[in-house]
Amino acid sequence: MTAPLSAPLEISFDYTRSLGPVLAKFMTALADRRILGSRGSDGRVHVPPAEFDPVSFAPPAELIEVGPEGTVLTWSWTDHPVDGQPLDRPFAWALIRLDGADTGMLHAVDGGSAGQMRTGMRVRPRWAAQTSGQITDIECFEPATQPARQSAAEPAAAAAGQAVAAGQAVAGQVADGAADGAEPVTMIITPVRLGYQHTASTEESRYLRALQDGKIIGQRCPACQKVYVPPRGACPTDGVPTTTDVELPDHGIVTTFCVVNVPFQGQRVATPYVAASILLDGADIAFQHLILGCAPDEVRMGMRVRAVWRPPEDWGTTSENIDHFEPTGEPDAPYESYAHHL
Amino acid sequence: MTDVAVIGFAQAPNVRRTDGTTNGVEMLVPVFQQVLGQTGLAKEQVGFWCSGSSDYLAGRAFSFVSAVDAIGAFPPVMESHVEMDGAWALYEAWVKILTGEASTALAYGFGKSSAGLLRRVLALQLDPYVVAPLWPDSVSIAALQARLGIEAGRWTEEQMAQVAVRSRSAAAGNPAAQLSGTVDVAELLSRPYIADPLRAHDCAPITDGAAAVVLAAGDVAREHCARPAWITGFEHRIDSGSLGARDLLAAPSAAAAGRAAGAGTVDTAELHSPFTHQEILLRGELGLGEQVTVNPSGGPLSGNPMFAAGLARIGSAAAEIMAGRAGRALGHATSGPALQQNLVCVMEAR
Repeated sequence: MTAPLSAPLEISFDYTRSLGPVLAKFMTALADRRILGSRGSDGRVHVPPAEFDPVSFAPPAELIEVGPEGTVLTWSWTDHPVDGQPLDRPFAWALIRLDGADTGMLHAVDGGSAGQMRTGMRVRPRWAAQTSGQITDIECFEPATQPARQSAAEPAAAAAGQAVAAGQAVAGQVADGAADGAEPVTMIITPVRLGYQHTASTEESRYLRALQDGKIIGQRCPACQKVYVPPRGACPTDGVPTTTDVELPDHGIVTTFCVVNVPFQGQRVATPYVAASILLDGADIAFQHLILGCAPDEVRMGMRVRAVWRPPEDWGTTSENIDHFEPTGEPDAPYESYAHHL
Repeated sequence: MTDVAVIGFAQAPNVRRTDGTTNGVEMLVPVFQQVLGQTGLAKEQVGFWCSGSSDYLAGRAFSFVSAVDAIGAFPPVMESHVEMDGAWALYEAWVKILTGEASTALAYGFGKSSAGLLRRVLALQLDPYVVAPLWPDSVSIAALQARLGIEAGRWTEEQMAQVAVRSRSAAAGNPAAQLSGTVDVAELLSRPYIADPLRAHDCAPITDGAAAVVLAAGDVAREHCARPAWITGFEHRIDSGSLGARDLLAAPSAAAAGRAAGAGTVDTAELHSPFTHQEILLRGELGLGEQVTVNPSGGPLSGNPMFAAGLARIGSAAAEIMAGRAGRALGHATSGPALQQNLVCVMEAR
């Protein structure tokens, strides 16, 4: 059996996050190259600050400056950093208790080699050349016994190790906790980018490969005998894969439709336009496509339509081979003939 | 209170990589057929369906909705989903039966971990403000916990390797296992670190898989299973999300869930410990003595399908009871970094 189609898929999103009063002060201080912790009702100092006291659940009464040096509580060594981590060469992850704090803060230590790392070793932050009010303003920690090392010249990209722009902080209106003369940081943008190998199902792969040859392949469910296009890994009624191939014509009827008036990111057709459920002749399940080639207000339920294919030289294993559907001009199908498909 | 029992368990083969989609349909269709076949229930007799999975793992939105196709969910069924391991879906299903809204339920979990870079995807379960932007990977975080224990004298690298040796040996009897067989401690300890102090054998493998467990109440359970695994305690607890604020050599949430569920009296336990040192830590927190058989299936070190492995622990523990090999058994599931969240289900034969 031919292997299913698969392709790399990269998804990304820049999360914009409001900081709230406690983390806003923490991030604002980071931009000023200072580290704050919160003193809890039990006297313990949390770094990063706890937004709510872990014992009393009240907002922290005070934030105090800690560090900048600290002690490694535990560490692990990684020889193969992954995308986005603070350093792109072998380094240690560590929980670091900053001087004046009672909890460990997770960060990277540029320790040279595992043999040079010790629990209990003293470290200090290496600040990014440009700070903006993010945890990555601390590029990493470094052994406190070493001569201070200059940060990389391109701080944002180096610190975050990301091809997309590293997180930026956004200054806002809340003045509470602002460092001397600095704009308070109230929001951060944290980019997330993930890579996958995306795989189509065996059934979808048959459909997509047939499209490359200009054919539309559906499949029949062995239990209910309905013809699905595209075919499916499981019939939603019977929970079994569709099996028998059925070649379908590229024409059918509009069962129902809507007129799209709302613009959105990535839209390829000028509004208003019609998105419709189209039931190909011989299929039992409708699928969605565009209706072009007539004014939106001419589209009707039961209207007969046919596929408009892109030029064959542009065909691939993709649904985009069919650019859209257009009216055939034949008489409409009677409502009773498609009522049970609605 | 209504008596509820596990009456069926099935899982997909635990494998490093499948050809399937990330919505799990290809793995779930045969698993549902197998587990319903065991119980003699038709799908129409299942009163409630609940799944556990993650869109971050799948790399697509609403992947669990496509998975529902595998049920054959038309006409509509009563169905729910948790963005958690299927063990938490089983908890929801158990509560559903206790409310009287259903007398049977099927919980399932699925994950195609091979689609992305698993240890990096799991960074996104961390605090999104001060931790996740550093992209700490799951293996490195577990290694921080392992070193704490080694330096505190709680366990040694040799004891950790012994856990792996026992796990692979036990897995020889589990046809679904990904890793099994005979290895020896000295050989394992001669291999390089992947996240010092963890070596490959200390970490659960990356696994694609799916699992399903069927629950039934009272007489329905007795009618469909010769020796149901009756649930006598089912509890879950959570510790702080702040890694540095908690003592990583303890799992208070595991101890609390275990106490509330009655973990102290079992003869068999299936522990969801994706790292060797975590099995040692959990044994202590759950109060499991030397006489308790731990992970007769091989446990997650022999196959760890994300979002299904915790449910598979409960299913495997129940299977020991249903097969007559155990009288009282617990299944444990964990979620989050370094054993942050813990769930314990205690079952017994009657």
